[in-house]
Amino acid sequence: MIGEKDVEHIAVLADIGISKEELEKFTTQINPILEYFEILDQVCRTGPENEGTANIFREDKVTPSLAQGEVLSNARETEDGFFRAPRVM
Amino acid sequence: MPARRIRFDEEDRFGAFLWKRDEAPTGEGRLSGIPVAVKDNISTRGIPTTCGSRILEGYIPPYDAFVVDRLIAEGAAVVGKTNMDEFGMGTTTENSAYGPTRNPHDEGRVPGGSSGGSAAAIASGMVRMALGTDTGGSIRCPAAFCGIVGLKPTYGRVSRYGLVAYANSLEQIGPMGRTVADVSLLMEAISGYDARDSTAADRAYLHTPQQEIRGLRVGVPEEFFGSGVDPAVAALVWKAIERLEECGAEIITCTMPSMAYALAAYYVTCMSEASSNLARFDGVRYGPPCDVRSSWHDAFQERRKDGFGPEVRRRILLGTFALSSGYYGRYYAKAQAARANVRADFARLFADVDVLAGPTMPTIAFRFSEKSDPLSMYLSDILTVPANLAGVPAISVPCGTVRGMPVGLQITGRHFEDERVVDTAYVYEQVAA
Repeated sequence: MIGEKDVEHIAVLADIGISKEELEKFTTQINPILEYFEILDQVCRTGPENEGTANIFREDKVTPSLAQGEVLSNARETEDGFFRAPRVM
Repeated sequence: MPARRIRFDEEDRFGAFLWKRDEAPTGEGRLSGIPVAVKDNISTRGIPTTCGSRILEGYIPPYDAFVVDRLIAEGAAVVGKTNMDEFGMGTTTENSAYGPTRNPHDEGRVPGGSSGGSAAAIASGMVRMALGTDTGGSIRCPAAFCGIVGLKPTYGRVSRYGLVAYANSLEQIGPMGRTVADVSLLMEAISGYDARDSTAADRAYLHTPQQEIRGLRVGVPEEFFGSGVDPAVAALVWKAIERLEECGAEIITCTMPSMAYALAAYYVTCMSEASSNLARFDGVRYGPPCDVRSSWHDAFQERRKDGFGPEVRRRILLGTFALSSGYYGRYYAKAQAARANVRADFARLFADVDVLAGPTMPTIAFRFSEKSDPLSMYLSDILTVPANLAGVPAISVPCGTVRGMPVGLQITGRHFEDERVVDTAYVYEQVAA
């Protein structure tokens, strides 16, 4: 069981913002889902988990990409060819 | 030579489209003159792409997805973008921020999801074919509910470049259409190698459906007809499997024990991947802007609170929880072990049989708001998620109706045997007609 405090903490970690009503509702809905996930406790696995897959490598070559103006075209706030973002500190 | 244009003035009676145009350019190629609809999580240069979310309202991609490049190269007329559950998270298309799509067979019922707009656009006769995406059944479920054909290709067979990511290790873009032949044709157009998707395989699909399945070994796992399956749906699908037997296939009953926890493994995996993928939506680079004058966390929380709908928020919360320290081993790691067992189960079965058959969905299309509890909604994906966990191809083909609503027969095959899956569906379609 997880409580409203836990859900609030996760919401902060995920930066999704959460209201009081939502907190109550999500806590009620999340617990039966986590209970259902407990079926995974029965899983036994002896073999490797990534059987049949292999890495594919390529040369680290520079190729043409989108122009700076195109990349910035959907941003509301830009400055000198850069995105403007909120302050971190 | 000036580009040819085709008229597309079809009325959208079921809310299938989020964006459409009255006239679209068409060129030369295998899809010349054919109107094709594209799910709204696939990037289209100069055309809005919202993923059914408020957080991408107004976003106009500066580039085309690989599959859209291919459509244009084959002469298709891209006529519009179709409605979907927000970021592909849903089984009904009710989770679109722009309102639901209605099922053309019964407007009081959902079209299935998350590619519900694409399915409704085809079922209503607006377009012959459309692209969908399938993370846990999002092509096959709406295909079954709307009475059309939908293929989830082998993982890696269609490039995901330009697909807005939700759960990278599970999802594939795939073709949807009125007939198996149309689905096969669209699959030919969109498959092939693309260096921009690091998981793309160099295994192009070049195939014309063959009407020959004599000697084909069709496995039927008993779990595919488990307790959640509507008995009327089960009976109809069994009848369809018997038709395959009449055409020369051999039917072999078998078991797939990993079905017991496949759904839990799927949801833990997709939610974890979603919580990471959706971190990019912060209002800095695209979508409605965040307040750059406030602090980082305040600005992002405010933006994401308004931008994401309830199902997306629930999955981000659960995914963040499953990956958080102290719980990772219990949820995410266990889910990956379960996933390996699902893959091993398929490998064991496919040593004996060529394809597996069963219902695509346990029931017919739900009525609107019939499934209000998230967990009961998730449970309806039980028959489609195993193919995504293993990366194998699976198709849904219509096999009749129950209480007036379409039912889908699902055929699953070995990795890179999309052709065989298509042929089996084609044979069934031809004898059923």
